[in-house]
Amino acid sequence: MMQMSNKTELVRASLAKRYAREKRFRFWGLASIVLSLTFLAILLTTIFMQGWPAFTQTYMKLDVNLSAEALGVDAHAPQDKLRAASYDTVVLNALTTRFPGITERKQKMALKKLVSSSAAYDLQKMVMANPKLIGTQQTVWVMADDDIDTYFKGNIDRTQPEADRRIKDFQLVWLDDLEAKNEIERRFNLPFFTSGDSREPEQAGILSALMGSFYTMLVTMTLAFPIGVAAAIYLEEFAPKNNTLVDFIEVNINNLAAVPSIVFGLLGLAVFIQFFGVPRSTPLVGGLVLTLITLPTIIIASRAALKSVPPSIRQAAYGMGASRVQTVFHHTLPLAMPGILTGTIIGMAHALGETAPLLMIGMVAFIVDIPQGITDPAAILPVQIYLWSDSPERAFTEKTSAAIIVLLFFLVMMNLLAVLLRKRFERRW
Amino acid sequence: MNTLALTNNTMTLPTSKDPSAANSKDQAVDIQAIVEELKHATQPVGVPFLDDPKFYTRDVDVFYNQAKQAIFGVDLDIGKNEVIAMIGPSGCGKSTFLRCLNRMNDTIDGCKVTGQLLLDGEDIYAKEQDPVLLRARVGMVFQKPNPFPKSIYDNVAYGPRIHGLTANRSELDDIVEDSLKKAGLFNEVKDRLQAPGTGLSGGQQQRLCIARAIAVSPEVILMDEPTSALDPIATATIEELIDELRQSFTICIVTHSMQQAARISQRTAYFHLGYLVEVNKTNTVFTNPQHRLTENYITGRFG
Amino acid sequence: MNTSIILLLLLVLAAFSYFFGRKRALAVSNGNRGVNKLHSLPGYYGHLVVVWCLLPSLIALMLWSFFSPTFISQNVISSLPTEIQSTDTTNVNLFMNRVESMAKAGVIDETAEPAQQEAARRYIELQHNSNIIKAVLVFALAGLGIFWAFRKIAPNFRARNQVEKVIVGLMILCASIAIVTTLGIVLSVLFESLRFFQAVPITEFLFGTHWSPQTAIRNDQVGGSGSFGAIPLFAGTLLISVIALAIAVPVGLMSAIYLSEYASKRVRAWVKPALEVLAGIPTVVYGFFAALTVAPFIRTLGESIGLTVASESALAAGLVMGVMIIPFMSSLSDDVINAVPQAMRDGSYGMGATRSETIKQVILPAALPGIVGAFLLAASRAIGETMIVVMAAGLSANLTANPLEAVTTVTVQIVTLLTGDQEFDSPKTLAAFALGLTLFVLTLILNILALRIVRKYREQYE
Ligand SMILES: Nc1ncnc2c1ncn2[C@@H]1O[C@H](COP(=O)(O)OP(=O)(O)OP(=O)(O)O)[C@@H](O)[C@H]1O
Ligand SMILES: [Mg+2]
Repeated sequence: MMQMSNKTELVRASLAKRYAREKRFRFWGLASIVLSLTFLAILLTTIFMQGWPAFTQTYMKLDVNLSAEALGVDAHAPQDKLRAASYDTVVLNALTTRFPGITERKQKMALKKLVSSSAAYDLQKMVMANPKLIGTQQTVWVMADDDIDTYFKGNIDRTQPEADRRIKDFQLVWLDDLEAKNEIERRFNLPFFTSGDSREPEQAGILSALMGSFYTMLVTMTLAFPIGVAAAIYLEEFAPKNNTLVDFIEVNINNLAAVPSIVFGLLGLAVFIQFFGVPRSTPLVGGLVLTLITLPTIIIASRAALKSVPPSIRQAAYGMGASRVQTVFHHTLPLAMPGILTGTIIGMAHALGETAPLLMIGMVAFIVDIPQGITDPAAILPVQIYLWSDSPERAFTEKTSAAIIVLLFFLVMMNLLAVLLRKRFERRW
Repeated sequence: MNTLALTNNTMTLPTSKDPSAANSKDQAVDIQAIVEELKHATQPVGVPFLDDPKFYTRDVDVFYNQAKQAIFGVDLDIGKNEVIAMIGPSGCGKSTFLRCLNRMNDTIDGCKVTGQLLLDGEDIYAKEQDPVLLRARVGMVFQKPNPFPKSIYDNVAYGPRIHGLTANRSELDDIVEDSLKKAGLFNEVKDRLQAPGTGLSGGQQQRLCIARAIAVSPEVILMDEPTSALDPIATATIEELIDELRQSFTICIVTHSMQQAARISQRTAYFHLGYLVEVNKTNTVFTNPQHRLTENYITGRFG
Repeated sequence: MNTSIILLLLLVLAAFSYFFGRKRALAVSNGNRGVNKLHSLPGYYGHLVVVWCLLPSLIALMLWSFFSPTFISQNVISSLPTEIQSTDTTNVNLFMNRVESMAKAGVIDETAEPAQQEAARRYIELQHNSNIIKAVLVFALAGLGIFWAFRKIAPNFRARNQVEKVIVGLMILCASIAIVTTLGIVLSVLFESLRFFQAVPITEFLFGTHWSPQTAIRNDQVGGSGSFGAIPLFAGTLLISVIALAIAVPVGLMSAIYLSEYASKRVRAWVKPALEVLAGIPTVVYGFFAALTVAPFIRTLGESIGLTVASESALAAGLVMGVMIIPFMSSLSDDVINAVPQAMRDGSYGMGATRSETIKQVILPAALPGIVGAFLLAASRAIGETMIVVMAAGLSANLTANPLEAVTTVTVQIVTLLTGDQEFDSPKTLAAFALGLTLFVLTLILNILALRIVRKYREQYE
């Protein structure tokens, strides 16, 4: 054996290098975490910065002359005549009065496109509600076109060469004039929450997608929760141990939890739509597919919750002469319920963000109408995000981010609920 | 063959000398009173101090967190090439004190050690003292055998490798062989040095851990109940081994078996509720304990 | 009477039958006083009646609803004029589609061909009859069930055991959905794939290096002219997955190591949930971010140092996918590392090893099987990830190993093949199923392997 002092010297000599290595290793660990969190921060801030402006919308003041001749109807016309009156003309008239003397064709077109096509619908609604307005002069605020909106949100650089801009110089003159006279206003974008999809970015809203998601989640929840819990109870409380079939079921569940979700989409297409004839693009078929996707998560979480109930509780119940079923439903299940609910909520949150399998079953359709039930064609929120993200207009990018913010809001809410549940009912045995 | 270790140091444990001490009033141990008494004692009963000790500890307090103090003002010297046994009821702080000696407590979040602890006159807890170097000098063997999931060879070579003690492979081979021989394991494993260390029996694993500890030729080996997970035969083997290792190392051993303490140690320290109560020649502690608590413990009245 | 009304009525009936079953049980045991003589609590008798009321009738309802449309349309087809019947099947199908849509709407389109109008009328009539028979059958069964159960109620009748048997049976049914799902996946994907392989030889699919499914549609020929060599897709999938794993595995593993071995409790309490947020963000959000922010950034970065970067580079998709997988990898590794017993760490620290030496030489080797399992699961996830690549990787099936070029993946192709206008039988759509089969088999192998390894590992330290 070596001399002691000799050894001490050797160790001492190695120390500097070893501590340097230690520091380096620790640094890489910290760097990894910082990297992940930085990415998260960048992602969230980018999306918030982009999406925030979409919650407001530029409105323009318009003095409209609802003259009978421009509309082509008078105040006593029946409703369907009123509906078909030419409100477009009224809007155009108002714009030409505001900016007189425009003759060039291109400029005329641009003038018309200053306000959104929804302006005419707004007037229509107004007049149909109150036909007495015909023949009067009214001041209304109407939605500006998406390009104008984009400009006022500061996303068009006026120092750029004119050819590269979506807003030309002569339009800028108008807009400066409007702004100077306080005829431009940013308002809360209520239509974003109350209307369905649209080809016009400024009119596109998320309500149809939200309702689609709601109905889809409803189907998923009503199917996945009872089935998942029942399966978990069977596997945890009743299934014979060391049974090939039961083992096979377990392997299947664990594997299904890791099968790519798009494969479930193929299943939905081939089995639900082609074979069973469930209507495409509906929350029903979407919910069915999502049920299959979330089931493994719910089963695994529920089993964990059931397992954490100590056996002594079961034994106590058996000791009182309760049957197995009674023991489960009177004692084990209620005690495990918080854990089961937490797992279910987390599973539902995943389902809410799921996109790929729903593309397979036709939920990519362009849906304007708000779905009224589980068999109406519907889009869902993540798919709406996907669709909008494909559109070139800047305003759609903004809407995409805004829709993401809404989606994230719901996810945060669900996860908070899960955390609260866990905190509130957490039990240490 | 194992009887040898047992006969070596046989003694009869004393029965209570004073019958009155055994009466029931005394039995209802008043913890508060004991703590008061221990608090006021300035130093342990017996012979806690030595000339030129290996370890010199004074007034050691250990806190696991603000609320939990595990060791209270321990003063103890540990001599060179001696085997000192630490005994006491469960939870009295034996392991905690032992782990102070090579700063293993550093690995526990929030653990704080105060007081003076010197190894060969050097402050263990000084800023410039390096725990890595310290642990290379003060090795440790644990209650449950914990071989690494590596081959037998790599287990023993682990220390020399990380500390960079050898220049080449043959030197390392020598150290491994030497350590395994010292741990009395070489003959059993020489044909399968590349087999996983976890494949050995419990007793062999513990000897492997001892070999691993002595491979870096430490000056002190701390053993925390090294035989409590082993059967009597494996225990006897290890006890013999400890007796041999005494030639080259200082050994501090925590044990719950008073017979074991009596068989293998020269001195014995008795801990109680975080206080060091009595330290003395092992013979004296077991035949003629000075402190009432020690006596109660070794006569089996509590603990 | 439509299905939902039948269902509603059945539920009402069930509620009543519970009430009466319970009452009857009390009656046969001489009211509440005799309740001790009953084998089970009165409620169980009620439940039993409910079971007998619902179980047979619901099964009948389901079967009828499923099979009747096929029967009806078969019947209508066979009654069609022979000159329509004798044309080929696609024609008949088209004809019937029109008929069915009219029947579904309930109004006969006067502009349709007379034969179609005639068939639609017949269809509606048959449907009407079928609905009546269905309702009668269902309620008859429900009534019979109630009657049967009522007859059986007697004090020593073991209602509870029967009800519990039914409950357990239902639970078994629920549990076996897992098997049914797997079976459904295998069968649907396999069946369509086999049809695909009849048109395109499997060797061409697996080893062909040219992928352009679009041409097949144009030429209106089965297989033949379209190219279905999937190697570029496999290569693209591999490239992107490798990039993703090259980020996720080291970063995830190091994060897990830092969190479990270095971080203080407080740091851990904050950082772990923050990493989980990364896992909770839907992939469509990552895809959007990849396409809109990361890809242009990489492009500008690459061009500023003189590289040509495709606007939909594999690197951008792989990078973002890697970040998406980080929390997955780190939480799996965290579990695995925490399962290494503290005694191992103590042993190593007791020898004077530094933390990093302990981690690298003791903990990681001990945790290796678990980490390999985590790696395989992460790989399976990378291969199956869809939205990020759909949005950020291109459609061009380049066979390249250059991460700055655009590649396409198996999942992207499945989505594009199935989201356009589709005829279900064209090789183009069938190809999606063949790709799906490949994807399923590949991930299945990875998953099973990983789950096995992880389970073995856990058992070792339990
Ligand atoms: N990591 C820790 N954190 C908090 N308290 C601890 C910790 N480890 C030990 N303790 C406490 O410190 C006291 C002394 O513990 P220690 O392990 O030293 O006892 P011991 O004498 O070794 O007991 P045993 O004979 O059972 O091993 C005990 O009260 C114990 O609860
Ligand atoms: Mg101890």
